[in-house]
This record gives sequence, structure tokens and C-alpha cells, in this order.
Amino acid sequence: MPAMNLQDLQSIREANRHRVEFTRNTCLMLCGGTGCRSTGSLEIKEALQKEITTRGIQDSVDVVETGCNGFCARGPILVVQPHDIFYHNLTLQDIPELVQEQLVNNTPLQRLQYKDPVSKQILPRQQDIPFFAHQLPWVLRNRGIIDPESIDQYIARDGYFAAARALLEMTPGDILQQMHKSGLRGRGGAGFPVHLKWKYASEEKSPVKYVVCNADEGDPGAFMDRSILEANPHSVLEGMLIAARTVNAGHGFIYCRTEYPLALERVQTAIDRAREYGLLGSDILGSGFQFDLEIYQGAGAFVCGEETALMRSIEGGRGMPRPRPPFPAQKGLWDRPTVLNNVETLANVPLIILEGGDWYAGVGTEHSKGTKVFALSGDVRNIGLVEVPMGTSLCSIIYDIGGGIPGKRKFKAVQLGGPSGGCVPAEYLDLPVDYEAISRAGAIMGSGGMIVMDQRTCMVDMARFFMDFVQEESCGKCTPCREGTMRILEILDRIRAGDGVIQDLWELEDLSATIRDSSLCGLGQTAPNPVLSTLKYFPKEYEDHIRNKKCPAKKCTALVKFRVNADKCTSCGLCHKNCPSGAVHWKKKQPAEIDPQKCIKCMLCLDNCMFDAID
Amino acid sequence: MQQNIFHTDNSDYFRPAHRDITPGMWQGIDRVIQECLDVPGAVTQVLRRCQDLVGYLPVELLDYIAHSLNIPASEVFGVASFYSLFSMKPRGRNIIRVCTGTACHVRGADLIMRRLKQTYHLEDGSTTPDRRFTLESVRCMGACGLAPAMNINQTAHGHITPDQALKLLQEYY
Repeated sequence: MPAMNLQDLQSIREANRHRVEFTRNTCLMLCGGTGCRSTGSLEIKEALQKEITTRGIQDSVDVVETGCNGFCARGPILVVQPHDIFYHNLTLQDIPELVQEQLVNNTPLQRLQYKDPVSKQILPRQQDIPFFAHQLPWVLRNRGIIDPESIDQYIARDGYFAAARALLEMTPGDILQQMHKSGLRGRGGAGFPVHLKWKYASEEKSPVKYVVCNADEGDPGAFMDRSILEANPHSVLEGMLIAARTVNAGHGFIYCRTEYPLALERVQTAIDRAREYGLLGSDILGSGFQFDLEIYQGAGAFVCGEETALMRSIEGGRGMPRPRPPFPAQKGLWDRPTVLNNVETLANVPLIILEGGDWYAGVGTEHSKGTKVFALSGDVRNIGLVEVPMGTSLCSIIYDIGGGIPGKRKFKAVQLGGPSGGCVPAEYLDLPVDYEAISRAGAIMGSGGMIVMDQRTCMVDMARFFMDFVQEESCGKCTPCREGTMRILEILDRIRAGDGVIQDLWELEDLSATIRDSSLCGLGQTAPNPVLSTLKYFPKEYEDHIRNKKCPAKKCTALVKFRVNADKCTSCGLCHKNCPSGAVHWKKKQPAEIDPQKCIKCMLCLDNCMFDAID
Repeated sequence: MQQNIFHTDNSDYFRPAHRDITPGMWQGIDRVIQECLDVPGAVTQVLRRCQDLVGYLPVELLDYIAHSLNIPASEVFGVASFYSLFSMKPRGRNIIRVCTGTACHVRGADLIMRRLKQTYHLEDGSTTPDRRFTLESVRCMGACGLAPAMNINQTAHGHITPDQALKLLQEYY
């Protein structure tokens, strides 16, 4: 295809509009995100197509594989457009009946529709389901609407029109002004104002500059970037193009985790399509501007999410951070000025250019503007991807959108910001989503992992989990991080084994302060946060482990006695049935007994007991 | 020196003998190196593609790569030992990856890990003597909606219990 101009872009938009507004055919939008794929959405797609062909309605019905729908807990998910009818937890057996009822008889199949857990009412339309109703999808605006592999559909949703405006109508100064007005801050964790980063890089006089997209989403419990890349890869490409135009960079990299095969595949497809359309390459849209980009696959190192380590990794070395300054905006990749932004940050950019900075800043709090995507997971009913305006309370996210804690268990804490963040207890549930407010509570906004924990989670175990993670992922360059995290881990292990002394708590605080103040990069400086926040909000739990040699959540194996409490035991026999080593003796109508000789402390009895009868 | 390696066709004069690397693999390795000779920062890419060919990265191969790319062996070894993707020990025919990310941890990933270790006498990162399985823990696959999750080769399995995990593995030899 010859290079495109604005008119071509407009005619593609008009020609494809019917596919994103669903004005012609009934469209079956099937979620093809990683979550739904692993529960079988690809097989369901085939079955749907076969069933539709058998009934001869293939001309009026399209089956479209979309990016992540967000409601991952209910996969595989199907939304019938234009009626917005939501079906979940599909299986292959359901398909013939579904096609018959929904497409032939035109009556929704109630059995597979969403039922509100409280009112027991069926909510047929996606937009009525509380999980979706409380969200504000800006970055995720195309979710469930476009096929991520189709550039035409992206253009039909006004895609690449922001880039066109940035290239043809705006000067770099205009773009910086809009970004400044929008108040957009980095979504990768630290929250540095985007316009400043771009401004510094644009002021550098260097013939070669780079734009890098950080898609090395290493935080355990975070999958926002993966979902954005899988569902809407072109928005990230467009954001990079605008950034490149602003700072006058000619080449870009997307540094993506190797653990995300589907995201890698979709981004590569997106780059190929954009090149075919002349939206990457030389003389983009007739503006004379040239920009191209490539994917760089990570090789599994958490520290490479740190900007200087990431660039070192692209250069082909061990991904170790270096001291700043010089900042990447001055001396980055191969010592050239480099703009480095997170996936979600870049996906916000086209929206700001299209709608204006003032419009964007209309949502949010004083210092945090726009929306934030969170990956909600853990002990919560509606696990999935949610996007809310800044300023929304944690309570609203967990209870209104997340549906609260399953079963009759109680909320204990929510972990924000991964290994650099902290645990926020129930007292702070009114906390708004805002960079500063979350920092004050001892956590960080982070990239957006939000893990809900109920009463069965042990806070000492949680602190140990993150310390183990950081200790393993520490690159080893600076001593406080390399040695300090190891020592903290040893102390926590001692406490969990029942050998802790009260002095250990002082030492934890002291060591944490040293690591925080003297580490080289963000990984080390924030590494003690999970320990500090649990010490701050759950000191009693640490004391229980040390003084009473007891783990209230019954997670620390060494502190569980594996004895049946005869008062609570209902003689149901579940522990006996589930014991893999035959250590549980049980007869009907008698409380069970555990043979310590045979017990391998696998915790299965504890996990299966419904009456909390094992101490 | 370097010229010789690529122009003495079918000669394995410079190639160290290794029982896990077949002549066909050597050809592939040379092709990868040839393609990446002039690419800056290509070590990671070369190592990744060579590991895909051989299954793991024997020390002899690292030496060969360093020699062919004309960079210090310490640098290649440094990269290979830094990233968790690379393994310098032989790996099994089936790779079991148990997710130990936060969401999976909260939902009991350690129970699965422990059961697998006990059943197959494995440690994290080790391989069974018959090379049937390699057990690895991964830090979050981003499939938190499926917690606890486990990957066998390239297939993801969600919401698994220790018993289900063992059952799934019976099909892999």
C-alpha cells in the first residue's frame, strides 16, 4: 500500500465504522485474552463458527475474538452486540443451545447470563453489571469492541487521528502544553509527570534519540500492561509515535516480558500492520516525520523494569541499574537521550491529544488526574481488570466492582504496588486512589496490582513472600539491597519457624531503614515497604508469632500443631479423605485424630476443614 | 580466525564436542550467530535462540558463542547467568511452571509446589533423572484471574488443586 494521508485515514474510518458500531451484523464478541484462552475460548470460537455455518446464518453473524474483557473470573466470556448481552462461564456443550436461543429464536439464554449474587436477579446487559457499571474505561475504551489484530477497526474508533493531529497540526510545544494541562503522571509506579520527562528529552540536542515503552511488567499480581497490549496494541504504538514526534526521536523499542507470548504476538502484528499502512516508517501521513520501532524481548529479570537496568538490558548486558543523574532523558540508551514510559501511560496519550489536556484533567484529584487501571485479584469475587477515575475509594473498588470477599470470611488487607508497595488494612478502606494519599498510607500506587487478602492470610508470611521475591530478584550490584534483603528474609524465616525474639522486630525496622536510605535503585529503596507496612498495621500478628508461638491465620507450618480440636470437629471426615499420607484416623461419629508420625504437614487437612477444627 | 568458522563448511573443527548438541543443531547455531554478528546488543537474542535449539546452554556452547561473536566469555556467561530464562543445566522434556505470584500465593500455590516436589522428588529448578519433568516456579504469569495457575509446556491451567496438578501431569511423558 502506498503511504497514506489524512484523507485515506478518514475513508478507512468511515468504511469500517459499521464494524465497531455494530450497525450491520450481529457480532459475537468473544474474549481472547490470556485468561479466557486458558479456559478454552479458542475451542469455543471454533464451535461457534461451526454451529453458525451449520445453521446457515454466517452472513448475518460475525464471530470476533477481542482482547481481554476484564471480567477474568468468569471466563470464557461472550458479549452479543449490538444488544450488549453478556454470557459467561461458557462451555463447549452450551454452544448449540446458545446459538439456537440467542441467534435463531432471538431470546437470551438465561442459564448463562449474569446473576447478581445479592439480589439474585438476572442482569442481561453488560453495562448493567456492577463490575462494569462502576468503571470508567478510557485506556480500556476499545475493550470488547475491536479485534486487536485489526488496524482498520482501531482506526474506526478514531485510532491514529491523535497521531495525525500531532504530526500535521501541532508543534512539539503544543503537544507538551496539552500534556502539561492534562497532568498525566507515569503509570508505572513512581508517578513522574510525563510532560517534564518529554520536555527534558526534547531540549537535548542530539541527532539520535529513542522512545522506549516499558512493558516489563514484573510485579507479581499485576496484569494491566499485558491486557492493554493484548487488547489494544495500536494505542501504545500511537502513544509512542506522539512521544517520538514531541522529542524528535527516530527509533523506538517496546521492551516486553518473554512470559507474555500472546502480547508479544499481537504487538508484532500491530507493528507489521502499522508499517503496511505507512503509520510507521518514513514520511508518516505525509508529514516528513519518520519513526520506526521494534520489540525487545526480556529474559526474565524483575529488576529490568527499572529504567536504567532496562536500557542496559537492551544494550545486551546484565540488566543492572546505574546511578542517576544523568537521567535517561539526557543520557539513556547507548548514551542517547531517551524517553521511557510505561504501557498504560502511553495508551493515555492519544486520548489527551484527541480530547485535549483540559478535558483529561477534568477527572481525578488535585494532583492525580485521569483514570487508573488496576488488576484486582486475590480473595475477591470478581477478579479482573478494572479502570476507575483517580480519587475512587479502595472500598468502592473492592466491594462495588470486586463484589467483596467470597464466603463469610472477613476482609483483612489489600496489597498495593507489588514488592515495592505495602498492605493497607481495613481502617484505610476509604483511602482514595491518589499517588500522594496511597504513599502516606505506607503503600505506593505502583503499576496497579491490587491483591485482596482475607483473614486466612498471614501477614508475616506475606512480608516473607515479598522479601523472598526481592532477595531473589536483587541484581546484586549494591550491598544494602543484596545483603540487607537476605538478612531480613532470615529474620522473617526465624519468626515463622517459631524461633523469633522480640528484638527481631527492632532489627527489622533498623535494617529496613538502612536499605531504604542507601540502596542504588528503586527496587532496593522500596524493598522494605512490605515489611514496614505489615509491622505498622499488624504488630500484634508479629508478636503472636514471637511471644505465643502461634500463627493466627494458620499459614506458618512450623507453628501449626496439626491437632484436631474435638470441640469443633463435626466428624465429617473431609480431612481423612484428603490426607495424602494416611495420617488422619477417622471413624464415623468420632472426632478425627492426626498421627504426628505420619503427618507430612502438607496443610491439606487445614485447607479442607470447613469448621476450623485443626489447630 | 572468525572468518574460518563460517567458511569451512561442514567442518566442526572449532566446535567443541558435546553429547546434547547434534550436527543439525550446530548448523542452526551458526546461522543464528551469523545473523546477529552486526546487531548491537545481540547476546541475549543469540542465547535465547540457541537455547530454543538445544534446550539449554551448556558451558561449551557459551564459550563457542563468545568466541564467534568476538566478545569475552565472561560477558556471555554474565548474561546467561543473570536472566532466569537461561538454564545451563539440562532441562526436562516437559517444563512445569507453577506460578508463585502474589495472587496465586494467597490462593495456595505453595501447596501445589510442595506436592509436586514431594511426588517427583524435585527441587525448584531441578529436573527428574529421566528428564521427564523440570519443575520451575515463576513469578507471576499475569494469569491472576486463574489463581492458582500452572503452566505445563505452553498450556496454562487455572484454578488447580494439588490433586488436579498431579492428574494433569500423568499425561506427559
